[in-house]
Amino acid sequence: MHRIEPAPVVKSVTVSASPARAFEIFASGMGDWWLKTHSLTTSGQKTVVVEPRAGGRWYEIGTAGEEKEWGRVLAYEPPHRILFAWQLNADWDFDPQFQTEVEVTFEAIADGGTTVRLEHRDLANYGAKAEEARGSLDTEGGWAGLLQAFAAKAG
Amino acid sequence: MALADPTRRAIFEKLATGGSSVADVARSLPVSQPAISQHLKVLKEAGLVRDEPEGRRRIYSIDPAGLGPLRQWLDRFWEGQLAAFKAFADSDAAAAAGPAKPEP
Repeated sequence: MHRIEPAPVVKSVTVSASPARAFEIFASGMGDWWLKTHSLTTSGQKTVVVEPRAGGRWYEIGTAGEEKEWGRVLAYEPPHRILFAWQLNADWDFDPQFQTEVEVTFEAIADGGTTVRLEHRDLANYGAKAEEARGSLDTEGGWAGLLQAFAAKAG
Repeated sequence: MALADPTRRAIFEKLATGGSSVADVARSLPVSQPAISQHLKVLKEAGLVRDEPEGRRRIYSIDPAGLGPLRQWLDRFWEGQLAAFKAFADSDAAAAAGPAKPEP
């Protein structure tokens, strides 16, 4: 079987904070900056928790106290790098059997600031799940169903 | 969208199993080669499919840089999140540069 290998999504920004501070804000303070419009909670996002260790949980907490899993922390290496397992499938459901990787690196630049680079990779796994799910989905199923679900969420 | 058409969806799903020529696709679907060519053109214009010459044929496959709307969605999603991160980090750094800022 030919494996689809989509290019990873790569983004970077430069901030004036040091790598150590940028890392701290990114990880410990994720709930302070995360766009609250992107939440799986029903009551609205209160905060996001990144447990500061390899194997830690990555989840959000709603204002009513409910917790929604997003994935796991695979590597926690302040102030250089953090690696997440993003386990939300194309339907925005947490699926422990599904995994893509989000790697964030923090590189010092000349003026004391930091370049933060984010890479979301293994996107082919969305395709693998689509192949797997096809049999159980109805006429709107397969690739199109998943892609349309995404387009609807993005709308 | 390009995948709303059931024939195009079938063609796309066929390509998801491996690169194929127009003739390959025609063998697996009850659709004429000219019609398949037309559908492939639409998929290519939508950024879902790419083609490469192989001898006298063209081999069509799912565009690895595309993955269609899903990848585009993630691209915009992370763009927005990193912009929010930058706005917060830079305001935090500005505050830290000023007089006595308590650590949160």
